Parts: sequence; structure tokens; C-alpha cells
Amino acid sequence: MTGGALPWRPLLVPLAGLAVWEAMSHIGGVSNQILPPPEAVAHRLWDGFTTGGLSVDLAASLMRAGFGFALGATSGVAFGLMLGLSRWAGRLLGPLFLGYRQVALFAWVPLLSMWFGGGETGKIAFIALAAMAPAAVNTWRGTRALSRDYVELGAVLMFQPLDTIRLIALPGALPAILTGLRGALIAAWLATVGAELFLDVAPGLGGRMNEGRETFQLDLVLGSILLLGVVGLAFGRLAVFAETLLLRKRTA
Amino acid sequence: MLMKTDLTVPALEVVGISKTFHVAGKPVPALRDVSLSVQNGDFVAIAGASGCGKSTLLRLILGLDRGDLGHVRIDGMPIGGPGLDRGMVFQEHRLLPWLTAEQNVAAALRRSGLPAAERRRRVAEQLELVGLTEFARAFPAQLSGGMAQRVAIARALVNRPRFLLLDEPLGALDALTRLRLQGELARIVRHGGTTALLVTHDVDEAVFLADRVVVMRPHPGRIADVLTVELGARRDRSSPSFLRIRDRVLAMLGVSPIDDDEEREAVAACSFTIAASTNGARSDRIGQNIGAWCGRGGARTEQDAYPRTEGGEMVGG
Repeated sequence: MTGGALPWRPLLVPLAGLAVWEAMSHIGGVSNQILPPPEAVAHRLWDGFTTGGLSVDLAASLMRAGFGFALGATSGVAFGLMLGLSRWAGRLLGPLFLGYRQVALFAWVPLLSMWFGGGETGKIAFIALAAMAPAAVNTWRGTRALSRDYVELGAVLMFQPLDTIRLIALPGALPAILTGLRGALIAAWLATVGAELFLDVAPGLGGRMNEGRETFQLDLVLGSILLLGVVGLAFGRLAVFAETLLLRKRTA
Repeated sequence: MLMKTDLTVPALEVVGISKTFHVAGKPVPALRDVSLSVQNGDFVAIAGASGCGKSTLLRLILGLDRGDLGHVRIDGMPIGGPGLDRGMVFQEHRLLPWLTAEQNVAAALRRSGLPAAERRRRVAEQLELVGLTEFARAFPAQLSGGMAQRVAIARALVNRPRFLLLDEPLGALDALTRLRLQGELARIVRHGGTTALLVTHDVDEAVFLADRVVVMRPHPGRIADVLTVELGARRDRSSPSFLRIRDRVLAMLGVSPIDDDEEREAVAACSFTIAASTNGARSDRIGQNIGAWCGRGGARTEQDAYPRTEGGEMVGG
């Protein structure tokens, strides 16, 4: 049997982890300075949301991620379409793009902070760059995999490039594009924390974590990590839901 | 221009076309010195075994490909590429699976320059012509093979093209649907007064639909002969003149027509039994058996017979 009948099963491992954590901090003799107990973290999160302005930080991070994602995903899909539809673009820019993919994302931080500064512009540029790659790669692959027959049909019907994109490439590559957008959303969220940790201090979950580290408040650090995970998970679920909704009508 | 007013200039003309493909570095001649001229309102069928270059010829007329030598002219002017004056029906329906039937037909009008109201009217008109008004909102996956191909025909005709090009359009359909659609195709083409070019390996289909049958031979593809289908033969599968011209085409393709009496009797017996079996309780099953039996004697003309006649040998009874 699979998870459908037992909805609590995915929670099994996290709950066990929680129990081990609980045991370690109470009977295992691990100092609260190294590993605060779960209830302390929960308390800290509760306090943070009710009085400490944690919701402001969360909202700031979500905003940043949203902007960066929108920017990166749009340019990524456009770039991927260009690589997939234009033979010249594919040949000239394709290898360069694949090379770029080999450079670790965080290696761009110094360059971007010099170009755009460490403020909001630099952060969003970094998030957009992170979101761009998965969107572009998947769109490229999806467009390249389109049947030549459809492209030929477009030629017979005298389609201009925009007709081909609207009627053939975008709908034809939609499953791949949606996979790319899901990857882009997750990459954007990861990059948001990176940008907040490595660039200028500003309201946001990353900023909160920095603050927690510097003032040795491990409950705050751990709480922020938990929050990041929950938001990331929610993003993933949201993307999958949107995909099923958009692809529901497809039978071919 | 002088050429347009000149009545001797054919509507569509293929002039001395040769085309060679390169497969794994080796030249494979597909067409050699093919010439053909088509007048307005003609229905021309191009028949031949697979590999005789008939689909290549259609692609060249469509403007998707160019010949190494020779060219295609419309009203005396060489064509530069595809155009809305040529509608195309492919062997597979090639409908876009993410669009409904009517959206698929409307897609052909994107570059027509017509106003939106006129486009809607034309799409509805074409769907009605192919009898699919009720399925306008259906997606291709919800349609049967025959229905999907009828949508494809509507799409090819919605621009009211001068030329309708058909590349084995009914080849992928089951036998009954094929017969039904052959009749419909005849009606639809007559309705629009379109000039039609049909590529097919089905000799019966060619003789049934066309005024002229161009018989092609393979390796390299070239025209063996052009036969005129006289009025009495067309659209009457059982007329003696239909059978006569069909047998001539088959003979040209290297398949012997049914000529000995024994086989003729077998075929006659088949039709007799079919008539008798309509009274039977299990007529469907009987019909199938008869179909298989007749297939042995009567329809030795298709794919199955071609490979065996490569050496020019007749397949005797």
C-alpha cells in the first residue's frame, strides 16, 4: 500500500527525529548552548511571530524570492525558447550556457555585489540568476524535443515566430517548462537565504539567522532553518498543484 | 504579366525536377527528371510503391524542400516556399493536441489577414462541411482517427486554397472508414472546386477519386505513365471501365491483375456469399471470414505483393 491510506506516514521520520532531539537535549546531556530543546525553538518562533517581528522578516524574504523568481523565470523561459527554436542561438549560446551551469552559484556573489551592490538590487539579481538556470534548461530541452512534424506544420501554415511560440512551442513544451519553473522556484528560495546571508544585512530570514549566530541564540538559528524548510516545502507543493491543474486537460 | 493571361500556362507545373538525398554519406536518388502539369480543377492522383518519391514530390510542390534540379511553377512563376494557396493534409492528422478541433482549424487562418468574425464563420463552415460541427470543442485525443483526419481536411481547406495536397491522407485509417472518407473527399473537393493532388499507394483510391493517375516507379522515383480516368470509370468501383483502368495501373506497378477465370469466379462467389450472409444471425463473424477469404483472391494488390515483384516477375494465380 502507498501513502494514500496512511497520510501520517511521511511524518514518521520527522517525529522520530524530534523525539531523538528531545531526548538528546534533556537526558543526553547536550548543552542547551549547543542544541536548545525543541520546545525552546518553538517558543522562540511563537514569540518571534507574536511580538518579535518575525512575520516582517518572513514577508521580506518571500517578497525578495518572488521578485527574483518572476524576473529569473521569465528571462529563463525566454532564453530557453530562443535556444530551442533558433538553430543559431542553440549553436552559439548553448555551449556557453552549459559552461555557465558549471560555475557554482555562489561564485557569482562577489561579481554581482560589485555590479549591483549588496542592497536589494544585488540580492534580487542573485536570486533571478539562480532561478533563471533551471527555467532555461528545461524550456530548452522541452522545445528541442518538440516533434519536427509540428514545426513543419507551422511552415505549411505560414506561421511567424510568434505564432510558433504561442501555438506550438509553449503548449508543446509546457510539461518541461513547468518542471523548470518548479526548479526555479526552489532555486529562488535557496538563493534568497544565500543573498541574505552573504550580502548586506536587511530584514529577512537570513538576516535573522545572522543575528542569531552573532548573539549566540541557537534557538533563533534553528527556528529560522525550520521556517525555511517549511516554506520550501510549501513552494514545492504549490508548484506540483499548479502543474496538475494546468496539465489536467492533456490526454495526448 | 504575359504569363498569367496565357491560357496554355498550366496552373501548377513541375519541370524536370531531380532530387537526391544523402543517407549516411551515400547519395540516394529520390526523384529523377520528373515533370508534371496540372490544370485548374484537376484531381490528380500520384500512385506508386513506397520509395518511389511520391511524398518527396509533394513536399517540393508544397515548398518545404527544393529540388537539386528543376523547379515548381504556379501560373508560370517559380514558387519560393510554402504558401496559403496550397493546403496540405498529412498521412497522420497532425492536429495540435492542446487545441480543440475548431482551434486547430482556426490556426490555419492566423496569417490569412481575415477579420475575427470572418474567421469564425469560415471555421464553422468548414467543420460543417466535414460533418463535425458537434465536435468543434473536442480535443484531438477525444476524436476517432477518421474524425481527426476530417478536422485535418477542414484545416487544409479553411484558407480556400487553390491546391489541395494530400499525402496518403487515408492510409492510416481502417478499411471501412477509408472507403467512407474517399466518398466524402470526392464531395468536399468538388464542393470547393479545388485542384487536388493526391499521393496514395492505394490504386483503387487513385482511380476512384482522380481524373488522372500518375504512375510512379521507384529507385529513382520517376513517372512511368499518366492515365486518364474516363468519366464512366470514376466513382463507380464496380464499373468495367473502373476495373480495366485499375488493372492497367496495377500491371504497371508490377502486380498482375486478376485475369484467369478461376479467380474471377472466386471473387464472384465472395460477393454472392456476402449478399446471402446479411440474412444470417452471425453475419458480422461470417463477414469477417469472407473478408479474409476475398482478401486472398481479390486484394493481392497491396503492400504484401510489392516486395515479391521487385524483379519484375508477375505474381501469378
